[in-house]
Amino acid sequence: MTNHWVDIKNADVILIMGGNAAEAHPCGFKWVTEAKEHNNAHFMVVDPRFNRSASVADFYAPIRSGSDIVFLGAVINYLLTNNKIHHEYVRNYTDFTYIVKEDFAFDEGIFAGYDPEKRTYDKSSWDYELDADGYVTVDATLEHPRCVYQWLKRHYASYTPEKVESICGTPKAKFLHVCEQLASTAESGRVATILYALGWTQHTTGAQILRTGAMIQLLLGNIGVAGGGMNALRGHSNIQGLTDLGILSASLPGYLSLPNEGEQDYQKYIDARTPKAMRPGQMNYWSNTPKFHVSLMKAWYGPAATAENNWAFNYLPKLDRQYDMLQVFDLMNQGKINGYIAQGFNPLAALANSNNVRKGLSKLKFLVIMDPLVTETSEFWKNHGEFNDVDSATIQTEVFRLPTTCFAEEDGAVVSSSRVLQWHWKAAEPPGEAKTDIAIMSALHLRLKAAYAKDGGKFADPIANLYWPYAQAAHPTSEEVAKEYNGRALVDLFDPKDPTKLIRKAGEQLGGFGEMRDDGTTLGGCWVWSGCWTSSGNQMARRDNSDPTGIGNTLNWAWAWPANRRVLYNRASCDLQGKAFDPNRKLVEWNGKAWAGADVPDIAVTMDPATVGPFIMNPEGVARFFARKGMNEGPFPTHYEAFDNPLGYNPMYPKNKLAVINPAARVLESTKGTDGTAAEYPHVGTTYRLTEHFHYWTKHVQLNNIVQPEQFVEIGEALAQELGIATGQQVKVSSKRGFVKAAAVVTKRLKAMQIEGKTVHHVGIPIHWGFSSTGRKGYMANNLTASIGDGNSNTPESKTFLVKVEKA
Amino acid sequence: MSSTHSLDIKRRSATTTPSPSERETHSGEVAKLIDVSKCIGCKACQTACMEWNDLRDEVGTLAAGVYDNPTDLTADSWTVMRFTEYENEATGNLEWLIRKDGCMHCDDPGCLKACPSPGAILQYSNGIVDFQQENCVGCGYCVTGCPFNIPRISKKDHKAYKCTLCSDRVAVGREPACVKTCPTGAIQFGTKEAMKDHAAHRIQDLNRRGYDKAGLYDPPGVGGTHVMYVLHHADKPSLYKGLPDDPKISPMVSLWKGVAKPLALAALGAAAVGSFFHYVTKGPHDVPAELEREEERNEQRLEQQMLDEEDAK
Repeated sequence: MTNHWVDIKNADVILIMGGNAAEAHPCGFKWVTEAKEHNNAHFMVVDPRFNRSASVADFYAPIRSGSDIVFLGAVINYLLTNNKIHHEYVRNYTDFTYIVKEDFAFDEGIFAGYDPEKRTYDKSSWDYELDADGYVTVDATLEHPRCVYQWLKRHYASYTPEKVESICGTPKAKFLHVCEQLASTAESGRVATILYALGWTQHTTGAQILRTGAMIQLLLGNIGVAGGGMNALRGHSNIQGLTDLGILSASLPGYLSLPNEGEQDYQKYIDARTPKAMRPGQMNYWSNTPKFHVSLMKAWYGPAATAENNWAFNYLPKLDRQYDMLQVFDLMNQGKINGYIAQGFNPLAALANSNNVRKGLSKLKFLVIMDPLVTETSEFWKNHGEFNDVDSATIQTEVFRLPTTCFAEEDGAVVSSSRVLQWHWKAAEPPGEAKTDIAIMSALHLRLKAAYAKDGGKFADPIANLYWPYAQAAHPTSEEVAKEYNGRALVDLFDPKDPTKLIRKAGEQLGGFGEMRDDGTTLGGCWVWSGCWTSSGNQMARRDNSDPTGIGNTLNWAWAWPANRRVLYNRASCDLQGKAFDPNRKLVEWNGKAWAGADVPDIAVTMDPATVGPFIMNPEGVARFFARKGMNEGPFPTHYEAFDNPLGYNPMYPKNKLAVINPAARVLESTKGTDGTAAEYPHVGTTYRLTEHFHYWTKHVQLNNIVQPEQFVEIGEALAQELGIATGQQVKVSSKRGFVKAAAVVTKRLKAMQIEGKTVHHVGIPIHWGFSSTGRKGYMANNLTASIGDGNSNTPESKTFLVKVEKA
Repeated sequence: MSSTHSLDIKRRSATTTPSPSERETHSGEVAKLIDVSKCIGCKACQTACMEWNDLRDEVGTLAAGVYDNPTDLTADSWTVMRFTEYENEATGNLEWLIRKDGCMHCDDPGCLKACPSPGAILQYSNGIVDFQQENCVGCGYCVTGCPFNIPRISKKDHKAYKCTLCSDRVAVGREPACVKTCPTGAIQFGTKEAMKDHAAHRIQDLNRRGYDKAGLYDPPGVGGTHVMYVLHHADKPSLYKGLPDDPKISPMVSLWKGVAKPLALAALGAAAVGSFFHYVTKGPHDVPAELEREEERNEQRLEQQMLDEEDAK
């Protein structure tokens, strides 16, 4: 979230789209009800299904799953056409005035530089035009035909309310209601928030859907202000922590990234990640990359990371390709990966295309499971009838099951969607032989280290030299690890501006990432978390919920990254003089000498408001409508249909066969031909969660099973009538990849839609069931989904696919 | 069901002994307010109820094809969510009405009036109506007496069960478990007056949002209730899956229990002793029918007696 849960109470307009917070985030959803009750907020839900959030909303509009960019693009068009934008904000804090390179182009759904064979773009034209000093050229009049504003207008001119009605199935009047409500927040005294979740991310265009939402918020001046923002509601209690720590295969902690195979040279690797300011005088925060990178390498390799060996750069793997989950299971299927550790992960149930995952697991030599509960993955080899129809005798994979503790059985911090790191204390002893993940990983590391020491082996250095300064090598504590993330001084640190002034003594915890150095004198395992455990102690354990301004920023409750800041980009809540746009919703203000207020300013506190832009993570200091080279399918979000396409063409660009699905979507060789057609699978399937269960865990819990006992699928009354299906009857839902059988819940909440003159029905498939359960067994919803990924994140397209429904 | 040592008893089923009245409820009567317009049907209240009261209902099936699970109140499910898909013709909008069902804790409780077993049903001075299962004979009169169809007879011990409004928690100054757990604040607890004030504020908000018939459900036919609803459509309570539009205690219960029962029970004394021995020797299955027949006979006798007296005048 750019903002945080409590801040939702400050909103005047709330849009939930691509998520269902009441269902999946009932506790956080409380703040939506607070905004309604105490701030008279107008609350809207746009979703294929009239869901639990819609049940308490002021307004609901249906949308065909996977058509979100048409809808949101048309909102952009509406705001621009009707002049409902925050002029001061977009002119000063976005790239509206920036000129785009001359050879950049867009034609019928495809941008300049496309290679259809490789399904990739040459992005060289996707950039701003630079002047002789290397700064972006701008046109303050906004009239230059190549300025971002003019590009934006042209790009979305064809995204009209009529197209929305025809492509999304949203009645024009309902679409316009959403536009008008959002538009009402273009003035400074009103603000809208957008809440979304996996309903936006799990599409082949997922990352671009989010960008479209963010662009709307920028047009309205709703980023960086209280009650606004783009708010991703994370699905696991600590999935934000996973992302922060860079557990994704191409990431390093703190949103740093691993080198590619071509980046063997340390300096080139660092330079590519250390931009130069693109406008005069900008903060350009990523200019600090070397400080964060070197401090990370010192945390990992200690004395073995030196200036001479480029801070152990050769220890880092160089990626020859993406190793996302779809790729990993594909490599398993090819026999190229033969061992796998599933730590707190149940891919057979959670990853798209379960049948493909099962085949991959069956080819492994060994599989290690670390989990507190029995998972489907840990039993993939066991025959469970139709739920998991395998011949165990043919599977040679050796499976090791290592029971772990759950969150209540260990100390540590959990990072919420609000970016708040909150410490918790062990509440119970773990059962049986369960061990903490730290204990298991430490034992594995120490044994590997011992094995290398005894027997030798190829390139042992990255393991042999791993820095392991913990009091008990076999049992590092959560406290020790947390302190390491925060970072500490390795020598006495003096103020660079005043060498007589001692800032930190050797060994002292750092006060924040601002104290990190690129010369090997500091250590820090995750720069964005620096400040969480300072010399004043564990900031995450703080429990003072006082809120002196009433705006909901409880700065002394736990600790938020970065720097305990609760609303990102909060400097954008003020004008060029540093005055808050909305005096009733002040976060920070410039007092003539410094920034201060109810939040930690998202800018160096003495930075002059007239010069330094608020979007300090971009080298131009402003937010981008034009993504430059940041996205793989183009700088402007563009509508493409899903892999399983109910129409067979792209109704926005019907003439171009290259632009039917996302031209840069992740399509593995083995994925080709696994798409279903509307002729065979006429209905649009979508997966989602239920409030009564949590992922694939609570099917082991009696209470959850009592309140939601059995797998079901939801179908609308019209489709049920057409197929002769009565409520409660068993049905079989199949896709090109597999099937599930479940009871039918026939509902008015799913309505048939008219899409391009054709009737389209949605079929709702809740996840949560599987064959490893103490309750009723069920089929894995991911039997139905395809191994197809988003063009940037490679996230599988679990929210849109084609199915057929028949009586079981 | 619960400990009652810190709660004064206002009324006791089938008892003529006057209730203690020295202490007054200076803090006012209590009420739970369920704001249907804020409820997302998450069932956290159902789960909290099961946890606090140590209940575990059966794991059912989806045969009914609905979100309501368990599908009805049982001796082990003292509260359930009832979901209604309502096409509002006036607005053209679909509404998904979700109501938490359970005991309404009537100020004039039909169950208590109907109950023939001394002390099996109590009403505390704070308004909570509580069943004392050790005194329950399983006759099922409370089921008949309840205008909301709430009490359920256990198949295991043949006694009546229902929501206690967490009288044990309330007795020590805590809110009911469902209130404590509700994530959206849809369930509130406090004095009845405070809850009415809160409801008024919520109703104003709903009026502003176009629900001009929004209102408080505190039905006068049962003397008002200690569980109240804020409804978007207070003019049509029955939209909310079975919520009675104008609940009243059955006239038969009122007549017989209000006027005649104390006298009848005195007459019943000897028969009750007989029925106790009957219970010991034959078990609980036959008791309800047996007791009912005895009560019917007593009732007839009493009515005859009254008619005779009338004639004598």
